[in-house]
Amino acid sequence: MAPSRNRRPGFSRRAQYGLFLGYVIAVAGSLVGAVLLALATLDPPAFAALRASMAEVTTPVSSGIAGVGRGIASVPSSIGSYVAVRDKNVALQKQLDDIHAMLMRARSLSYENRRLKSLLHMREYIAGPVVAARLVSSSAASTRRYAVLNAGSWQGVRVGQPVRGPEGLIGRILETGPNSSRVLLLSDPESIVPVRRTRDGLPALAAGRGDGLLDIRSAASAAIAFEPGDVFVTSGAGGIYSPNVPVAQVIRRSRDIALARTYAQPDTLDFALVQQAFMPPEPPAPAPPSKSAPAP
Amino acid sequence: MRAPTRGPFDAAPPPAAARMLPAASVMLASLVTIWPFITSFPILPPLALMMLLGWRLTRPAVFPIWAALPLGFFDDLLSGQPLGNAMLLWTLCFFVIDLIDQRLVFRDFWQDWLIASGSIGFCLIAGRLIATPLGAHVDTVLLFQFVIASLLFPFVARFCVWLDRKRQGA
Repeated sequence: MAPSRNRRPGFSRRAQYGLFLGYVIAVAGSLVGAVLLALATLDPPAFAALRASMAEVTTPVSSGIAGVGRGIASVPSSIGSYVAVRDKNVALQKQLDDIHAMLMRARSLSYENRRLKSLLHMREYIAGPVVAARLVSSSAASTRRYAVLNAGSWQGVRVGQPVRGPEGLIGRILETGPNSSRVLLLSDPESIVPVRRTRDGLPALAAGRGDGLLDIRSAASAAIAFEPGDVFVTSGAGGIYSPNVPVAQVIRRSRDIALARTYAQPDTLDFALVQQAFMPPEPPAPAPPSKSAPAP
Repeated sequence: MRAPTRGPFDAAPPPAAARMLPAASVMLASLVTIWPFITSFPILPPLALMMLLGWRLTRPAVFPIWAALPLGFFDDLLSGQPLGNAMLLWTLCFFVIDLIDQRLVFRDFWQDWLIASGSIGFCLIAGRLIATPLGAHVDTVLLFQFVIASLLFPFVARFCVWLDRKRQGA
């Protein structure tokens, strides 16, 4: 192919200066870009307002497309459910009978639990839900794992609040705009959640790997064995995530650091529940010993 | 850049929509990330960068050299990378392609494809180093992303040429 781009645009001074000015702008702009990048790396929430205003525009579009997609996706399942409704009914009836006994037992256990807790005078802090909204899009091309939630500060969402789905923890709020907010997903390389093992309460940290899985690192002494199927739930340490939300399940037998799969697979089809940041009640402060100045 | 006045035999300048079309197509490619799906690893190729390179390599005259700055800014607002990432890296790619334009004047598509793959690889790797801590396990996925993006580039370039033909015809 013959070169089509002539670097000398003729004898016109004005055109030559224009070309030169283009290079000046490009060099200056790339320097500005480098400075912005340094600022954004040192102080990640620095440009949150810009991103939030962009997300304000794009979120309605995403949620509209997602709504149409949900409508289309629900057609085959509703046809299928119409056809299979009789078999399903029988199966459900049987399941209901099976579960009834279990429910009775759980009720009595729950009652007993409440009674014992009141005996112990334990104060429990229930992290109330803030809003239920949908995740509408995610950073699909970047190595970071963010999602955009279809609710923002007008709905009461604040930075740092945990987000959970029906199956388990999804992540936490990183930036908020008026009607949309950005969620740091569990699998992001910079996400760390304090967890404990349900079996024995072993404390650990669940850190994102960036490829959809989590690393479970034991926070206790060394030589901890993880078995496949070990379930980890949030421990409530750190005061962000309320305790006992399912986080991940170990995939492979290993020691000290285990590979785990998250329970919640975030999807635009499901709701995400934003909860208030969990803050354990302050222990009653002992009366400070009066440190009077040495008497003269 | 162009001569300021139009001579009596010059072609009429294209309408504004046609002049905006290349930039609009790159911005639309940036907007693909608002498509509603939640991925658990980075699988979407950097479509906006591929589109930009497609225009730059097949039709060198449509973008001035500073065009990567505003387009990169727009992409940074949407992609989840820190702000300034695409502004800096895309402009560096433009500079390098400008240099190659001077050295390697007569090229065919294979060389353009190689240049584009190199640019995409550079932007992906540099973006990963900037945005993500070194210990993250994203390198395998990043390799797949790079391979997919490189293999898709000829289609994107053809698409740019097709758009350009439409633009000229309109």
